[in-house]
Amino acid sequence: MSTTAMVKAEGVHKSFGHVEVLKGIDLEVKTGEVFCLIGPSGSGKSTFLRCINHLEKINAGRLYVDGELVGYRQKGDKLYELKDSEVALKRRDIGMVFQRFNLFPHMTALENVIEAPVQVKGVSKTEARERAGQLLERVGLADKAKNYPSQLSGGQQQRVAIARALAMDPKLMLFDEPTSALDPELVGDVLDVMRDLAESGMTMVVVTHEMGFAREVGDSLVFMDNGVVVESGDPREVLTNPQHERTQAFLSKVL
Amino acid sequence: MTVDTDKTDGPADTPPAGPEAIKAIPVRHYGRYVSAVIAIALLGGVVYAFSQGRINWDAIPDYFFDDRVLGGVGRTLLITVLSMAIGIVGGILLAVGRLSRNPVTSSIAWFYIWFFRGTPVLVQLVVWFNLGLVFEYINLGPFYKDEWSDFMTPFLTALLGLGLNEAAYMAEICRAGLLSVDEGQTEASHALGMSHAKTLRRIVIPQAMRVIVPPTGNEVINMLKTTSLVSVVQYSELFRVAQDIGQTSGAPAEMLFLAAAWYLLLTSVFSVGQYYLERYYARGSSRSLPATPFQKIKANMLSLANWRR
Repeated sequence: MSTTAMVKAEGVHKSFGHVEVLKGIDLEVKTGEVFCLIGPSGSGKSTFLRCINHLEKINAGRLYVDGELVGYRQKGDKLYELKDSEVALKRRDIGMVFQRFNLFPHMTALENVIEAPVQVKGVSKTEARERAGQLLERVGLADKAKNYPSQLSGGQQQRVAIARALAMDPKLMLFDEPTSALDPELVGDVLDVMRDLAESGMTMVVVTHEMGFAREVGDSLVFMDNGVVVESGDPREVLTNPQHERTQAFLSKVL
Repeated sequence: MTVDTDKTDGPADTPPAGPEAIKAIPVRHYGRYVSAVIAIALLGGVVYAFSQGRINWDAIPDYFFDDRVLGGVGRTLLITVLSMAIGIVGGILLAVGRLSRNPVTSSIAWFYIWFFRGTPVLVQLVVWFNLGLVFEYINLGPFYKDEWSDFMTPFLTALLGLGLNEAAYMAEICRAGLLSVDEGQTEASHALGMSHAKTLRRIVIPQAMRVIVPPTGNEVINMLKTTSLVSVVQYSELFRVAQDIGQTSGAPAEMLFLAAAWYLLLTSVFSVGQYYLERYYARGSSRSLPATPFQKIKANMLSLANWRR
């Protein structure tokens, strides 16, 4: 595991109107590691995740992905906003998986997976289809390629969503509570796919309530509350022996 | 819409093994029989009254496929289709403009809709026709130069008058459609690195169509009937042709009935087209597509056959 930072946050602030959701986040995600974000709802962990691929604009601080500033270009001491097309170019390399799957309902599973490679990267359809077939097989859904999302269970939809994100060959994957909208018995399949992905060396930032997954697969863990990082460290240590009072209270409720 | 996997096989002949299937006498709907009889009696009365009126019914079949009438029908269809095309394309552009973050485009779109929706289409048609009072010549530099009255033919007046007016209405329909698509779709598309334009074209608009198509079908039918207004700008579509024939053949009222019958026929054809278009855009939104009328008839026949056995 190399020690370069894939994501680096320095005093990241984010407000929605008068509500300050992130109050100065400092953290570092190393290349190749599985980085878990836990915390109560409203703590700002999902918002932070969305800042990483610039779905939300940060108000203060600096956020870097792979050494490059997110959403801005720095010239001297001045910041210039990136154009939409430049932002889109950077998002190609960052895959995102949503809590509510957000598959395209008017396309089959296969069409969902080939959409971005064909439309954004200009990959030929035959090539994209072949690759998509492999990806769907990897997530265990080779036989569902022709099904529409409405014909799939939640767990299957989420696995297609993971395949869709992987089709762009991202260097970083963001997971926004990927199992929170699933029936308990379907959670396992999705976590298996994520575990497999982690073993292949993908850098992953995972917002999750699955403490078992964090403990088993995670390399680092951050506990957030009320817009700040309360505690961070090795997942096994933080989860079994939390130092901070707030972390203890939270873990006693969810574990 | 739950588990109806056996639907294609028709009702099973043998009841499933295990518990005995329920055989109950269905509820009798006597009200339906009574109301059907009353409705048929009223319709019969109206038809009888018309047949006894001083109307020369024979004139209608005589002229129904007259070359002039068919020409009028063709021009009515042409104007309907072209104006709707202008309306739909313009409507989508205006809707996107109104929803845009760019204050210039959203203001222009707002102003356009405000103006064209706020004035009667009949007035707009006549104004287009008489715009020669303002612009004596039309001059597009090296490409085209002519007097306004020569440039603005009845056809072009009808097309612009109806099409530009329609765009204002279509804009609101399209806007409702675009807003109906979940924001998560746009986010997912952006997260994959797709541009605004691609997101709109590939992801949002195809989904918005489910909401856009039904009211647009309404607009097409409305447009077909509104084309009768362009008779005031000398364009000889169905209504004008019917009036002309009525005056020369001495059967003016009969020709109006003829026009009405043609309009009814055309709107019926459009309705069928709309049904299939809606079915196309419903793909992926429900687990199985709704049956086509033919499939429904087939299913009904099958169940009747089974019932008799």
